[in-house]
Amino acid sequence: MSIRLHNVAKTFGKPGRGQTRALEPVNLDIHDGELVGLLGPSGSGKTTLLRIIAGLESADREPAGRILFGERDVTQVHVRDRRIGFVFQHYALFRHMTVFDNVAFGLTVLPRKQRPSSGEIRTRVLRLLEMVQLEAFAGRYPAQLSGGQQQRVSLARALALRPDVLLLDEPFGALDAKVRQELRRWLRHLHDELNFTSVFVTHDQEEALELSDRVVVMSNGRIEQIDTPDALYRAPANRFVFEFLGDVNHLEGEVRDGVLTCGDAQLAVELPDGPEELLLRPHEVRLTETPSAEAQLPVTVTSISPVGAEVRVELEADWLSAPWLATVRHADFERLALARGQRLYAVPRRWHRFPAAAVRSGQRHPEAVS
Amino acid sequence: MQRIGDAPAVRRGLILSAVALAGLFLLLPLVAIFAQAFAQGMGVFWSNVSDEYTVAAIGLTLFVTLLTIPVNLVFGVALAWLVTRFTFPGRRLLQTLIDIPFAVSPVVAGLVYLLLYGRNGWIGGWLDAHDIQLMFAWPGILMVTLFVTCPFVARELIPLMQAQGSREEEAAVTLGARGFTLFRRVTLPNIRWALLYGVILTNARAVGEFGAVSVVSGAIRGETNTLPLHVELLYQDYNTVGAFASAALLALIALFTLAAKAGLEWRAARREAMA
Repeated sequence: MSIRLHNVAKTFGKPGRGQTRALEPVNLDIHDGELVGLLGPSGSGKTTLLRIIAGLESADREPAGRILFGERDVTQVHVRDRRIGFVFQHYALFRHMTVFDNVAFGLTVLPRKQRPSSGEIRTRVLRLLEMVQLEAFAGRYPAQLSGGQQQRVSLARALALRPDVLLLDEPFGALDAKVRQELRRWLRHLHDELNFTSVFVTHDQEEALELSDRVVVMSNGRIEQIDTPDALYRAPANRFVFEFLGDVNHLEGEVRDGVLTCGDAQLAVELPDGPEELLLRPHEVRLTETPSAEAQLPVTVTSISPVGAEVRVELEADWLSAPWLATVRHADFERLALARGQRLYAVPRRWHRFPAAAVRSGQRHPEAVS
Repeated sequence: MQRIGDAPAVRRGLILSAVALAGLFLLLPLVAIFAQAFAQGMGVFWSNVSDEYTVAAIGLTLFVTLLTIPVNLVFGVALAWLVTRFTFPGRRLLQTLIDIPFAVSPVVAGLVYLLLYGRNGWIGGWLDAHDIQLMFAWPGILMVTLFVTCPFVARELIPLMQAQGSREEEAAVTLGARGFTLFRRVTLPNIRWALLYGVILTNARAVGEFGAVSVVSGAIRGETNTLPLHVELLYQDYNTVGAFASAALLALIALFTLAAKAGLEWRAARREAMA
């Protein structure tokens, strides 16, 4: 079931006193069977957007927005009739009911005519519990389960009514890293198997990029970019998206005759004269013992931490306002014999720039120097 | 190694003074009540308790209490629901207003009701013209008892419902639950202990209320005399044994209430330990 939003906005508070716009008028098309992540920092409006899709929050009357599930206009439809499954960040399980009763709840509150027989409810609930690998826990209470197990119960409960749309509000936010990773894979698998349309909210870039077919990046109640994870990372629409998707190093200076100067650092660039700010990802910074013809960027190593496949190196220099972060392969780490306090030269493999004027128009100028 | 303030002398001193004070001011009066009630033997006690007017007073007190509890139960739940689940202008003010019966002396409450609903009162005049008498009759006693006890249930529920939040209710709604089903299957089970606790407190206060009731009742023996008023009347008649016999009944109801409350608290603690 596709989800389409036209001109949906949300303002909190009464006119005249302390009104805040949580969501600017937003348009969004989510295709049938898609798994879409809403990604943004806190206060970006992503949860508000999700709750509006669910019907837990109503959109502003002015401008009049529309919400369509497939061809069905659900703008005025109550939550309980929207046929959605909703998974809450803190599970929101019914604490006084067993796991079984939690999952069965949606079926047992159906109007008598539509309600399956108790035998059928039992079969369906047990099948759902099997799917979330919690058959053995049917008789337990939520407080007796771990966070990951509770979230799986909450998922089974949301799926019991076979919803057209599954909405998840920071579903893994309260879990530890390892369980999170596990549940992510498992959700992706479930989504592919059952083929419903899902929208989830997260503030974790890695989670959004790993799990989603497409990611909606939001900030300040606006949608900044909607794209596949790959396109998003390679071709960010603006500076916000670029900075939000990963660590960024800044290089600010003055360009004159094709050379960017910043204190005693210099970098050859093919840019017009004037002030410039270049952005680099940590993996786009190469470290050498001697300056190259294009780049004379002297830096000092201030901290070294090996993380997984690479080594993260923090760099400082007089010409830098904030320290740089570089990621180095273990081979290079050993070749350079990196140590704290060591003086080296940074050479950008590639850099990005987002001229102020281009930010709003969505243009980008990624340029590369090798 | 000792923790601060845990010197044996201090500890013993505190425990001793607490026990002494509790015995002197709490336990001794209770013992005195029963001692006085049975001072002239079981027979006299029984004849006092089974006295026509005493039985009528017991009946009226129980009647008023039994009406008060369901009214305040519904009112308290509705109020707590309103205050914790909705935002509207004046919500804070309403929460403050709930406490008025706590803040105002019951006698003042009784006088205000008399002023409003008495024969010469603002509303009372109109009621009198239509032949409706509220004051100096059981409806008046019920009205002031309701006023005095109305914060108990709401005050128990509001902090709990605020702490629990509305997530479970939201979840139930996304699963298709509506109105009363939602309340019965999700909200009520979560608040039932607090609700029961509120009812116990309401009960204790409704049975024992003296000040407000004494102003509006008129204390007509056998008609508008509640048990606490009856105790005072008997005492003024120099019927000490009769007064203490009725007082013993009130004390028994109080002890029963305390036991019920302790039982509930014990249960809650056990549930907490399990979770």
